[in-house]
Parts: sequence; C-alpha cells; structure tokens
Amino acid sequence: MGYVLKKSIDIFNVKLSKRENSHSGLYGQRKYKLLKSLLQSISRYNQVTIVYSSTSRKGMVNISTAIEMIPQLTRGLAVTISVLIASAFIAYIVAFIAGLSKISKSILLRKFTGVYVEVFRGTSLIVQLFWLYYAIPMLFNIQLGSNWWIGVIAIGLNYGSYMSEVVRGSILAVDKGQIEASIALNMTRYQRMRLVILPQAIRMMIPDFGNYTIQIMKATSLVSLIGMRDILYYGDIMRSSNLSQAPLIYVVVLLMYFILALPFVWLTRKGESIAKKGVASQ
Amino acid sequence: MSEQSVKDIEKINTLNTEQIVKYRNVTKSFGDFHVLKGINLDIYSGEKVAIIGPSGSGKTTIIRMLMTLEEPTSGDIIVDGKNLWKMKRNGTSIPANEKHISELRGNIGMVFQHFNLFPHMTILENCMVAPIHVKKEDKKEVQERSIQMLERVGLGNKLNFYPSQLSGGQKQRVAMARALVMRPKIMLFDEVTSALDPELVGEVLEVIRDIAHNDDMAMILVTHEMDFALDVADKVLFLDQGVIIEQGTASEVLEHSKNERVQAFLRRFRKI
Repeated sequence: MGYVLKKSIDIFNVKLSKRENSHSGLYGQRKYKLLKSLLQSISRYNQVTIVYSSTSRKGMVNISTAIEMIPQLTRGLAVTISVLIASAFIAYIVAFIAGLSKISKSILLRKFTGVYVEVFRGTSLIVQLFWLYYAIPMLFNIQLGSNWWIGVIAIGLNYGSYMSEVVRGSILAVDKGQIEASIALNMTRYQRMRLVILPQAIRMMIPDFGNYTIQIMKATSLVSLIGMRDILYYGDIMRSSNLSQAPLIYVVVLLMYFILALPFVWLTRKGESIAKKGVASQ
Repeated sequence: MSEQSVKDIEKINTLNTEQIVKYRNVTKSFGDFHVLKGINLDIYSGEKVAIIGPSGSGKTTIIRMLMTLEEPTSGDIIVDGKNLWKMKRNGTSIPANEKHISELRGNIGMVFQHFNLFPHMTILENCMVAPIHVKKEDKKEVQERSIQMLERVGLGNKLNFYPSQLSGGQKQRVAMARALVMRPKIMLFDEVTSALDPELVGEVLEVIRDIAHNDDMAMILVTHEMDFALDVADKVLFLDQGVIIEQGTASEVLEHSKNERVQAFLRRFRKI
C-alpha cells in the first residue's frame, strides 16, 4: 500500500509543477482535485494522517510537528522490539552452538559450521532476507512461517555467524594454564568447559556481544522490506504522504533507534567493567 | 659416612616399600627435539623426590606426563600398579581412554609455576569446586575441609577474596590448599617458587616443608632451591639433556657427587 501511495504522490508533484510552468491551468486543477480525493481515500484506508505538501512547505522544521510524528512511529515499536529480542536470542544461541562446534573434535562438525559461518558472513543480510522470503518458498515449497519469523530467522542466523567467531575466539583466549589446572583437578572435558573455561570466556564476550546486539537492533529495520510494520515502515509511510517532511521524519526515526540503543550501550559499558574483574589471570 | 646421609638412609628404611609410580623407558619428543631419552624411575609411596638440573633438561616434562598434560612418545608410566597411558582390551594393549586416565589421575595433584587459580572464583570456591563436582563429596564437609586447609596455609582470613586481590606467595599457597583438599597420593610441584618475588619464596617453601613433614603423600618437586631440596627430599635426581645422570639421597647428589656435570651445575648455582 505504501508503494501505491508513494507513486501517486510522485505523479501529483510532477503535474503540479507542470501546471505552474505551462499555464495549462484547468487541466491541472482537475487533476489536482482527482488526486487529492484519491489520496484521501488511500489515507483513510491506511489510517495515515496526510499533511499536504502545499501547506507544510511553509514550516519545514517544527518541534511540534516532530512530536506529532512520534505516536505515528511508535506504532512500529512493538514490531521493532519483538524482532530485536527474538533475533538477538536466536543469534546468541546460534553463536554458542556454532562457536563450540568450531572447536569440537569432530572434523565433520567443524567443516559444516565453517561453511555456515562463511556463507552467512560473506553475503548480504538483505539478500538472505529476500532468499528466505521469496526464494525458499518457491524452490522447496516450504513456508517458514509469517514474515515476522522469516525476519527473525534471517537476522538471527546472520548475526549468529559473526558472533560464533566471538565465542570461539574468547574460548581459545582463556589462559592454557586454566585448562591444565582443571585437568590436574581431574575434571571431565564437560566440567572444564562449564566450570572453568566458559565462565571466563563469557566475561570476555560481553563487550562484543553488546556491540552486536546494537547492530542487530539497527538491522531489524530491514524487516520493513518484507512487509513488517516496524518503526522504519511507518516512517516511510509518513514520508511518502509528505515528501517535504522527509528530513524531519527521518531525524525522528533515527532518534528513536538511538534511544532504543541507549540501554544496550549502557549494559555493554557495565558488562565491560564486570568483565575486567574476573578474567585477568596471574 | 656423614651424619646427614645416615639420617637419609634411616628415612628411606622407614618408608613404605610399595612403588606408587614407575617410569619405564619413557621418552618424549617434540618433533625432532628429544626432551626425554629413556627415563627409568621408581617412586615409593610417601617418598619426597626432588628433580634438579639445568633448564631445558626435561624436568618439568617428567611430571607433566604423570599429570597427563603431555603424552609420552614411548615407554610406560605405572601409577598404583596400572599403566597410565595404556589399557588392556581383549588381551591387547590400546591407548587409554578418558575414563581410564581419569581413574588414575584422581591419585595425583599438581601445583603450577604460575598458580593457575580460577580468577572468577573466591579462594574458598577455588578449593571447593573439584571435590564437589569431581569427587561428588558433600558440600558442607568439603567447605569445612577447605577452610581448614586454607587456615593451614595461613589464609583463613581471606576466604572470600578473589585471586587478583592476593600476592603471588598467597596465590601459590591457595593453589597448594586447592590440590591438598583433593587428598592426592602423589603431589607434583612444578617450580612453584620460580614466578615469585624473592621475598615471597620463604612463605611458600615453609608450607611445602610443613606438608612434607606432616603428610604421608609422595611428593615430586621440580625445583631450583638446592638448600630446600637438601632439607626436604628423600631422593634427588639430577637430570641433564633428557637423561637422569645421577640419583641418590639428597646429600649424595648435592654434597658428595662425583659426577663432573653435577658438580659444574652446582658450582654455577652456588656462585650466584
């Protein structure tokens, strides 16, 4: 629906300027009325308040207009946050599974994980998203679920591949003496991992995991491309109904993402200071 | 015969005659570098053995193989009558699996040069983690025993400190308490004072001396502290270039050795 709206406004603008230049007043006037009623009906359908460009051009940046935009945009907040939480959760789990598989004894498991990581790290997230959304259902006749699930899975798998390297690197960075000490205490492989290595490795992972979580938050905006109504989607809708307000709209959208990121920035800082305490060996 | 060597012989006579560890033709190579070239060694239960020798002679490798941190290239290490690195299945000898190794490893404890305390646990937790999870002992009982052990090494007032809050000497004493709580039959000490500031060496040696005199476990000490070896060890081995050149009572090796290489090494040491 957003697409139709955008197109019609484009036509509307072109015709408007033509009218002014070529003095073909009557034709333009009629066209103007026609488009106006078309836009009104569309806007009713979409429940979007349309502010006509001819009137809003006068007051470009206006705090009160910006504040008026916020309720519109917050309608996308639920989707953005739910996609963020779910895809971050999947990314963490995938990161641990893949990270641990990469250091496992089994060559097959290591190779398989290696292929997964390279494929998902080496290709674009948007293309992966479109693959899951358009290509997979066509090729294999599998429905992966709603577009919410497809977005969550694509982002989760993509960031999981990056974060698996963090998991692997942190585990390998634990001092060798720690493993020797746990062998000397006769711990099993599993106990060594659970009691000694992971608690220290996880402390090292915290800063990187924080950074990746912020990146995931920003990546959630891509789900607007597969029809999810998140913050960016509503921003686009507003822009397409009101082209001249685009700068202000996107400033407000950016600010909303920035505010969403703040808790993670804070948590990462906090995590870093915790991480410093428990690791330094010797 | 000197008074010291008479004392040493008496010491040996009172020992249990059961061999708890036997090395038979054990070799170890890292690529082309032959670290150990055929080690034969008997250690009796309760015996205190010091291994000395120039650096790079393979001293540490001997005890690391017993702790299962390195696998010997060839030869057998027998612990408590069983082959550490090999097991029998259907009459043939095959490389030992994790379960077999873990059974024998329970007899052995080790203290490292760099302490290797777990930095994310308090010192009390450091002592308690293995008995609870590995030996599945009662938590209350383990806690009492760990506190006793930490008091014994003089750290009873720092139970809830983290390793990063302690000095090197204190960390090494915690490492000893952690190993002792597991009640091993054999304790290995790998140059435990080499990473310490000189003024902290004494407190650590004092604890080892206490363990050596009061506990009946066998001890193998890789050390550069000659005077300490003379005081504590029943038997001293001199290792050079992967071969045991001389072994005997502490005074035989450290005071009355006829071997030129041993004498040269000790002279170098005394000069410093």
